[in-house]
Amino acid sequence: MDAVSLKNIHKTYDKGNVIAVDDVSFDVKKGELFGLIGPDGAGKTSIFRILTTVLLADKGSASVAGFDVVKEYRAIRNRVGYMPGKFSLYQDLTIKENLEFFATVFDTSIEENYDLIKNIYDQISPFNDRRAGKLSGGMKQKLALCCALIHKPEVLLLDEPTTGVDAVSRKEFWDMLKDLKQQGITILVSTPYMDEANLCERIALIQNGKILSVETPENIVKAFPVTLYAAKSDNNYKLLTDFRNFDAVASAYASGEYMRIIVKDEHPDSITLLKDYAEKFGNRNVEIKIIAPTIEDNFIWLSQKEANH
Amino acid sequence: MKILRFLLQKEFRQIFRDKTIIAMMFMMPTVQLIILPLAMDLEVKNISLSIVDRDHSSYSQQLISKVGSSGYFKMVSMEPSYKEALKYVERDEADVVLEIPAGFERNLIREGKQKVGLSVDAIDGTKASIGGSYLNAIIADFTANLEINNKATTPTNYTSKSFIDVTYSTWFNPLAQFKYYLVPGILVLLLTMIGGFLSSLNIVREKEVGTIEQINVSPIKKWQFILGKLIPFWIMGIIVFTLGLVVCWLIYGIVSEGSLLLLYLFAAFYLIAVLGFGLLISTISDNQIQAMFLAFFFMMIFTLMGGLFTSVESMPDWARNISNLMPITHFIRVVRMVMLKGSGFADVQLEFFYIIVFGVILNGWAIWNYRKTA
Repeated sequence: MDAVSLKNIHKTYDKGNVIAVDDVSFDVKKGELFGLIGPDGAGKTSIFRILTTVLLADKGSASVAGFDVVKEYRAIRNRVGYMPGKFSLYQDLTIKENLEFFATVFDTSIEENYDLIKNIYDQISPFNDRRAGKLSGGMKQKLALCCALIHKPEVLLLDEPTTGVDAVSRKEFWDMLKDLKQQGITILVSTPYMDEANLCERIALIQNGKILSVETPENIVKAFPVTLYAAKSDNNYKLLTDFRNFDAVASAYASGEYMRIIVKDEHPDSITLLKDYAEKFGNRNVEIKIIAPTIEDNFIWLSQKEANH
Repeated sequence: MKILRFLLQKEFRQIFRDKTIIAMMFMMPTVQLIILPLAMDLEVKNISLSIVDRDHSSYSQQLISKVGSSGYFKMVSMEPSYKEALKYVERDEADVVLEIPAGFERNLIREGKQKVGLSVDAIDGTKASIGGSYLNAIIADFTANLEINNKATTPTNYTSKSFIDVTYSTWFNPLAQFKYYLVPGILVLLLTMIGGFLSSLNIVREKEVGTIEQINVSPIKKWQFILGKLIPFWIMGIIVFTLGLVVCWLIYGIVSEGSLLLLYLFAAFYLIAVLGFGLLISTISDNQIQAMFLAFFFMMIFTLMGGLFTSVESMPDWARNISNLMPITHFIRVVRMVMLKGSGFADVQLEFFYIIVFGVILNGWAIWNYRKTA
């Protein structure tokens, strides 16, 4: 049985004018760490709200921990831990009071499931009497995670937990998720950061409410259908505009130090072709090489294909 | 029950942690009850008077000193001409101009009658009409006591006028002081603010901060959440009401003539009605600014139309109907009747019925709305 399952879910806002979720189906297996990867506005939060039973889908069905999100929403609420994208604990209550409050709400106590939150709680317990509103971003995330875990949920739904958190805290946070996975909790996590996708077992790429692909990160990278070239020069911006005007180039986009280039027709000596073209237009110190695609490259490839479709 | 108890505990903890709110809750009744009734007085005093005396006779002097000694008027100036006196009105320095024409005394004695001119600045309608009638009364009294008139009504004169003399007796507020009218009303206003507005802001805050999201995905049921929000404010309301009664007694010596139990019974049910109103506002608003604005809108209408300052009975029919559709009107009426007149339950049972109906409608509407939105 799948821990989370969505079938042909549709959701529109504004009387059907804005399509937030467009025919989305995917399954998350029990005990899996599943990532929902997509830019802002892709429909990630809407999916989370449907799964947490606070939002009703227009069409389609979904189940969490084996319970239907519409008919058996009460059963789901006891079995799901939800951490919304926006920090939503009581800012005027202390760490301890927040935790105690949510424990009682789920008819349990901090002690009962202490081993589950121990590793995380130990990091924030020195500030037990500090009000939640006065915590740093990283500590807020940890507290929110503790509160979502306090009733030992079967499924953990985390909506962009690392947005707005520094790099160190982000890494710590993912380590914590791995620990939780060891304890058999199914985790569905969304993020706009492509580099975090590799940390998931399986990912779904989502854009404009549509699922582009559901695969393991390795397979997504492997499935990249064309050769990817990387290029740089003294003036990357000029090089990029020049390549965009080149007939043989299918697409060119900036990405860190090296820009990425995809050619229309594969050719054994594409590199020299590109280099000659670039130098003809006065670009100096042009460097071009073949590079292994990342999830991000894949995402851009898939979304461009979707757009041309 | 355990969850509800915990919700209440959390709610009280949050309320007591917000120092400003707590301070306001105790400051508000004391300050409002002490300052407002003393500052606000519908009795018109200190009417600025400009006099044009063109007679300069002993009679005109008598009239002027009579007006001056009445205590209601403040002489601003003595002008030789009406035109110049009117300038004072134009500059808002005088409210009334009294013009005594030349030949005032002579005409009074010879012909037995004389006209004086009264010009009133009517921008402040109440002040103008009351000030004008004061002056009229003083002048009438002056003519009645004139020596010449007294001589004319000697016993030999059988044609003396018969007239009806009216004697007043003011009941329930012997000195006819405005504060007795105002103080019970302010008590009601306090309950309305705490029950209706503080509660709605509190619920909307959960929406705005997003904590309601976290509550919604938990097994807390909606009725538990709502009760957890309303009960603390009901208790606060009763505390503030008690505080208000104590202030009334300490500062004004106003002790309820009627039974305190009856007052509390009404307060308890009135609070339920306004809490429903607060809940309704919170279901309509998405953030605290919207809630604040809505609350302020209704607060203005409640204060000015609920019979707090002016009598509902003297409003035009349509306005009286609107006024009767507000719970505050009925509660103000009851508090006045019970506190000042000592009315019993039988006298106010109709109002009790009204308040119950308001409670049912407002709460029902709010809960219906709340279900729909969340």
